[in-house]
This record gives sequence, structure tokens and C-alpha cells, in this order.
Amino acid sequence: MNITVNLASGSLADRAARVAAVARANSEDVDAKARFPQEAVGAMKAEKLLSIQIPRDLGGEGASTGEIAELCSIIGQACASSAMVFAMHHIKLSSLVEHGMDSDWHRGFMKKIVSDQLLIGSATTEGGIGGNLRNSLCAIEVEGDTCRLTKDATVISYALQSDVILITSRAHKDAAPSDQVMTAFLKNQYTLEKTNDWDTLGMRGTCSEGFIFKGEAGKEQIFPKPFAEIAAQSMLANSHILWSGVWYGIAVDAVNRAQAFVRAAARKQPGTVPPGAIRLAEVSNLLQMMKSNVVAAIKSYAEARQDEDKLSSVAFAVAMNNVKIASSETILTIINHAMLICGIMGYKNGTPFSLGRHLRDAHSAQLMISNDRILGNTSNMLLIHKQDTSLLG
Amino acid sequence: MVCANPELTSVVNQTKTDKGRMGMNNTIRELIKKHAGLPVNADELADSADLYAAGLSSFASVQLMLALEENFDIEFPDNLLNRKSFQSIEAIERTVNSIVQDRKVA
Repeated sequence: MNITVNLASGSLADRAARVAAVARANSEDVDAKARFPQEAVGAMKAEKLLSIQIPRDLGGEGASTGEIAELCSIIGQACASSAMVFAMHHIKLSSLVEHGMDSDWHRGFMKKIVSDQLLIGSATTEGGIGGNLRNSLCAIEVEGDTCRLTKDATVISYALQSDVILITSRAHKDAAPSDQVMTAFLKNQYTLEKTNDWDTLGMRGTCSEGFIFKGEAGKEQIFPKPFAEIAAQSMLANSHILWSGVWYGIAVDAVNRAQAFVRAAARKQPGTVPPGAIRLAEVSNLLQMMKSNVVAAIKSYAEARQDEDKLSSVAFAVAMNNVKIASSETILTIINHAMLICGIMGYKNGTPFSLGRHLRDAHSAQLMISNDRILGNTSNMLLIHKQDTSLLG
Repeated sequence: MVCANPELTSVVNQTKTDKGRMGMNNTIRELIKKHAGLPVNADELADSADLYAAGLSSFASVQLMLALEENFDIEFPDNLLNRKSFQSIEAIERTVNSIVQDRKVA
């Protein structure tokens, strides 16, 4: 009997729904113990969801950013940490798919991701520069055919469970902090020495601990394009869209719980409108706004991908920043509304209407790339950006 | 020709090439010195050198664009506000020129 054939069958949404079921069953334990959601990620691998973004000619399924965002939402409705791991993996994979197609090594590596369902981690944050991923202190050293890198990576999410880590650094020892490259190191090519724990309010299963990373690999594993282009052309949009997909999933589940609460109340007292019903109407409005915003971003990215100038334009960066700000702020208002509707049943843990984990997970949204940093960046761009005055633009 | 005195260099260059073009090139270099916050001297950059690789940050690039707009009395239309338009000194010259040309035609 060949189980794997059965497991990866059905539509992407069907496959993600099976992952979500596994994620949901373990979500409380993952949250309580701040442990990696290994069951859910195991299910992603069994469903072959880690390679869906890879082009068909390399063995993948050529899934679009929009399709992947939908899966982030489906899994996010069950367990936000699992969904965020899935999103972060696909954000890194988008860099490979968009910028690694011209390199033999990176093409071969994508085939290996398909066959082995490798999980990709990311090391962009560094001690001494804070969260500004467009700057590095550490520099990669190339000697002969080998490259070496040591980085004080204050955050590497699920580092210990990653099969490969994509890591940023200065391009060479004399390079400016913004002159960066990204390199793919395989698990047997690096060591990790833990420096920071991950005991947080929410998103406890992403295990975003700190490490001293030391790696040595073939120099062909350095991405052929400057990281500045990778950041602008694939990471920016994919991060904000896929994160927003996860957050939308958290919000949808919160609203579902609130709606179930109002319905139950309505059934108990036929003929009267339960007190939470007006708030439910309000929160349904907020959820629709959030959805429209994310859908517009998906459409805008799909269009910009056809045109490199548009992708690296100020207008596009402003639009993507705005999507991230809006969805990360709206999610908190939505969950707070849901909490008002469910009352003490939402505030308590262990009820069908509990919203504590949703609220805690959602609070990470404004912080992962701080909204203040993003607003600062947008306000700078608005000094030169000319507003698009069209509605459909 | 290598010349230690930058003022002299520009005089020599102006006699050799089109005065207007060199004027713009020098002005751009001066604005880069003032606003781009590069760790290297703008005079040492080749016209084709990648300014981002030389250390131009996104914040400084906007400051540079503002200074260019002010200095040349132009406004960059949104379709030119991308990385490529400001990638190098010669790219900036092209970008500024294309706006100035459009204005002449209009």
C-alpha cells in the first residue's frame, strides 16, 4: 500500500484542511509548552505542501502567492504557530523561485526540496543592528570554491527543525552594511550555538530562538542576485501577503467563535436579538475590510510580477507596507470585538469560545518587523511618492 | 588624466566634453556627497558604479531624490521612482534628462 499517494491527493485546500486538522489537535499543547508544531509540519511534508510554490518543470506545483496565502489562512484558523512556520518557509522559498532559477545549484536544490520536503529557515536578524534586515554586520568570506560565515543571529525561527537556512550577510569583508548577499546553507553545513530562548506571549510554537551560526559551504550556494533586489522583489510582497494570510486565519476563527456564541444565544431565546448581535455585524464588517485589503495586495503583486520596474517601485513598496500595517492592526480590533461578544466564555481558557490564544498570537503581528519601522519607511517614501488617484488603478 | 585638485579636474573635463552634461554630472556628484551618506567619496565613483552597493540606503535614496527635485526644479513621476532610475550616476543623469526633455517637448 502506498500511503503517500493518498496523502497528497485532492485540491490544495483539501490537503491544507487535513494539515489544519492535525494542527488544531495539537495547538493547545504547542502553545502551552512553546514547542515546535512537529505534527502539523510533518503533515505538511506528507501532503507535499512545502514544495507547491516550486515551478512544475522542477517537480513542484507552481502555486501562486495567492494560493499559498489561502493555505496560510486555512492552517492559521487552527494553529497560528503552524501557519506562521508554513508562511515563513514559503517566504524564503519565494526568494529561491524568483531569484534562483538562473543558477544550477539553486535549481538542483529546488528539486531536492520537492523530493525531500525540506523545511527552510531564515536568519536575517543580527545582534547590533536590530530588526533592520537590509543591513548586515557579518560578512561572508569566499576562499577558492568555499564560502564561510559566522553570524550572531538573534532570531532564527525553528532553527533546530530547519533542513536548510537562508542567511544574509555583507557581500564581502569591505562591503557597506547594505551591500548584502543571501546564502543557502544545508543542515550538515552549519553549527548552531543557542544564545536566546523563546518564551513569549504568543506565537509560541515558532521557536524563534537566537543562535551563533557558523557555516561553511560551496560558494555557488550564494544567491546570484544582490539581497537588496531579493528583498524588494520577492520578500517584501511575500512576507506581507503571507503573514496577512495567517493573521486573516486567526481573525476568521475568532469571528467564527463569536458568531457561534451569538447563534447559541439566539436559539435559547427565540424572538429576541442577543446583545452581541450588533457587535457581530460590526466585526463582520471589519473582517470583510481586512479580507479586501489582502485580496487587493495579492492582485497587485500578481500584476507587478509581470514588470520588474513596478516591483521595485516606491508605489508598490508603499502599497505593501500599507497592507501589513492595516492587517496587523485590524486583527487586534477584530479579536477584541469577538471577545466582547463572547464575554467571560471568550476570556476563559478551555471553552469552545476561548480567544486568549488568538489574542496573544495576534499581538505578534505589529511587532514582526515593527509597525513603527514600517511607518517610518513609508513616511520617508511619501516625501517623493505621488499618490495614485484612481480607484481601480 | 588624473588630477589632484577636483576644481581643476572639472575645468579640464569641461573643456574636453560637452559643458552641460559635465555640469549635470558634477551637480549630481555634489548632491550625492551631501545627501547619499556613502562611506566612499562620490568623486571616486565611476559613472556606472552601483550606488546601492556603495552603501546607498533607502532612506538616503529618498533624501537624494528630494535634493535632485529641488536642484533641477523637477518632479519625478511615479513610474520613474524605482531602483533602476537611481542605480548609478549615469542612471540618475538619464532619469533627470528624460524629465527635462519631456518638459522641453511640452
